[in-house]
Amino acid sequence: MKFAKLMTSVAVAAGLFAGPVSAEDMRIALVVKALGIGFFEAAAKGAEEAAEELGGVEIIYTGPVDTTAEGQIEVINSLIAQRVDAIAISANDTDALVPTLKKAMQRGITVISWDSGVADDGRMAHLNPSSNALIGNMIVKLAADHLPDGGDVAVLSATTTSTNQNIWIDEMTKVLGNYPGINVVSTVYGDDLADKSYREATGLMQSHPDLDAIIAPTSVGIVAAAQAVADAGNIGKVNVTGLGLPSEMAGAIESGASKSFAIWNPIDLGYSATMLAHQLATEAATAEPGAEIAIGRMGTITLDDSNAAAMADPFVYDASNIADFKDIF
Amino acid sequence: MSMSQTTPRHIPDRLRSPMQARLMSWESLLLAVAVGIFILNTLASPYFLDAWNLSDATFNFTEKAMIAFAMALLIIAGEIDLSVASIIALASTAMGVAMEMGAGTPVLVLVGLATGMLCGAFNGALVTKLGLPSIVVTIGTMSLFRGLSYIILGDGAFRGYPADFAWFGQGYVFWVISVEFVIFALLAVVFGLLLHKTSFGRTVYAVGNNPTGALFSGIRVDRVKMILFLLTGLMSGLAAVCLTSRLGSTRPSIASGMELEVVTMVVLGGVNILGGSGSIPGVVIAAFVMGLVTFGLGLLNVPGIVMSIFIGLLLIGVIALPRLWSMWRKKRV
Repeated sequence: MKFAKLMTSVAVAAGLFAGPVSAEDMRIALVVKALGIGFFEAAAKGAEEAAEELGGVEIIYTGPVDTTAEGQIEVINSLIAQRVDAIAISANDTDALVPTLKKAMQRGITVISWDSGVADDGRMAHLNPSSNALIGNMIVKLAADHLPDGGDVAVLSATTTSTNQNIWIDEMTKVLGNYPGINVVSTVYGDDLADKSYREATGLMQSHPDLDAIIAPTSVGIVAAAQAVADAGNIGKVNVTGLGLPSEMAGAIESGASKSFAIWNPIDLGYSATMLAHQLATEAATAEPGAEIAIGRMGTITLDDSNAAAMADPFVYDASNIADFKDIF
Repeated sequence: MSMSQTTPRHIPDRLRSPMQARLMSWESLLLAVAVGIFILNTLASPYFLDAWNLSDATFNFTEKAMIAFAMALLIIAGEIDLSVASIIALASTAMGVAMEMGAGTPVLVLVGLATGMLCGAFNGALVTKLGLPSIVVTIGTMSLFRGLSYIILGDGAFRGYPADFAWFGQGYVFWVISVEFVIFALLAVVFGLLLHKTSFGRTVYAVGNNPTGALFSGIRVDRVKMILFLLTGLMSGLAAVCLTSRLGSTRPSIASGMELEVVTMVVLGGVNILGGSGSIPGVVIAAFVMGLVTFGLGLLNVPGIVMSIFIGLLLIGVIALPRLWSMWRKKRV
C-alpha cells in the first residue's frame, strides 16, 4: 500500500494550503467569476481592507478556475457546508446560480451579489458599481473640469443601438445645464471597432477645428480617440475622456492625450460588497426597498425597488494614480 | 504480493489473465485511496462529516459519472466521444426550445434524451459508416453541437422551467438521498451488469482488444460501436436533463469543459485509454474519489487551480505507479 501512503502525504500537503480557522470570527466569502483576474484580486484587497476596519471578520476569497456557473456552484456548495456567515458573489450566470443561492439563504447565510448580479430571488441585495445617472454626469464633468471657460465637446459612442451608451448619453444630456459653456457639437458612432472609432475621431477634429474635448463612454472608443488625437498632433488641444480601462489608457495619460477618465474602482467595490454583506449578516441593516445602508468610507447606499443599489460615482483615473492601477485591470 | 521466500515454485491450477489481476489490484488501490481521502477530509475539516454536506458533495460527480459509465464502455471498445459536454449544451437548448413552446416536464425529459441520442447517432454514423477516427469526429461535433446551441441562444438564456422539472436536479428521494444520486446508483448497477454479466459486455472487450479478430469471430463490430455511441449520447442527454434541472436555466456555455473531467474519471477508474480493459466498479470508485477530493479541498478553501493540479497528479500517479511498480519488481527478480 505504498501508493496509498503517497496519496496520503500528497493530500496532507494540500491541506497545508488552508489557514487556521477561528470559530468566533464572522466569515464572509467573496466569490468571484474566476481566480487569477486582476480586477477581482483588487476587489479582494478591498475586502481585506473592510475586514480589517470591521475587526473580527475573516474574508474567504474564492472562485472557480474557469468562469462557469457549474464551477461557482461547487464553490458555493462548499461554502454552505462550512456554514459561512455571508456570501458576496460576482456571478457567472444570472439564473443558474439561483437554486444554489436560495439553498444558502434557507440555511441562514446572507447572500448578496456585486458587480455582476444574480436574479432578484437568488440574493438579498445587489451592489452595482455605479448608476446610469452617476455615469452620465461623470463623463461630462470629466470634460468640463478641464474647460473652466467652457468649450466644444463631441461624443464618440459605440453603436447607435448600444443600450448602455445610449442611456449614459441621455443621462449626460439631462445634466448638461449644470455645466454652462459646454456645447455638445456632435455625436458619432465608432461601433466599438478600433479602426472605425479612430476614423470617426479624426473626422470630428477635421469638421470641428475648435473642438476642445472628445467624450468616449466606451473602452474601445476612448483608446482609439486618444490615438487619433496623438496622431493628429492635437495633444494639449483636444482632451480625450470618458470610460476606459487603466491598463489600456496608461499610454494616453502619459502622453497627455487624455487628462483623466473614469471607470469603477475594484478595490472600492470589494470593500463596499464586504461592508454591505457585514451590515446584513449582523442584522445592523435589513435588505428592503428604500433601506439606507452605511458602507464605511464609501458613505451610504440606498436600495431600490429590486433591492439593488449603486455604490458611487465612477472613480477618476489621472496621472496621479494611473501607475497604481494599470497593472490591475 | 503473497510471494514469500519459503514457498516453492507453485503451479497455478488455472491461468489468471494479467488483465484480470491488474484490475483486481487497481480497484483495491483506488478504494484505499478513496478511504484515505475520506479519513483525511474528516480530520481536516469539522464540516466534512455531515449528512447534508456529503449529500451536496455528490452533485460534484453524479452527472459526470452518468456519462462516464457509457464512456467507459466506449473507451473499452477502443473509441472515444469528446463531444459529450457539447451534447449536454445542445440537449439543454432543445429542452429550452420545447419549454418555450409550452412543453410539460415529461416532454422536456423526452426531448433531452432524444436530442442526446440523435447526437450520439450522428457521431456513431460518422465513425462506423464512414470509418473515420472517433477522436477526430467528436472533436468536430464538439464544436458543431455547442455551436448550434450558441446560434439558437446567442448571449441569451432559457429560464422559467416548470416547477416540477426541478425534481431531477434538486429533488430528494428520501432524507439526504438526492434523485441524482439514486439515478447514479441505478446506472452503476445497470452498466456493471451490462459490461460484466452479459455477452454484449464480452463483445465490447473483444472489439477493444482486437477489432479484426472480433469481426472474424462473427461479432458485428460496427453495430457494437454504434450502440455504444447511442448509449453515450443517451447518457449525455440524461446528464443534460439533470444539470438543466439543477441550474433551472440553459445557457450555451453549460457544462463547458466537462468532457475532460468525464474522460479523467474513466481513466482514473482503471479503463485503458487504448481500449480492451477496464471495469465499472473502478469508474464508480473513481467518481467518489474525484468528488471527495474536490469537495474536501473546497471545504479547506483551496483555490480551484490547486484542485486541478491535484486531480492531474492523482491521474498521473494512478497511471504511472503500477507501471513503476512492475518495473521495480522486474529489476529485483
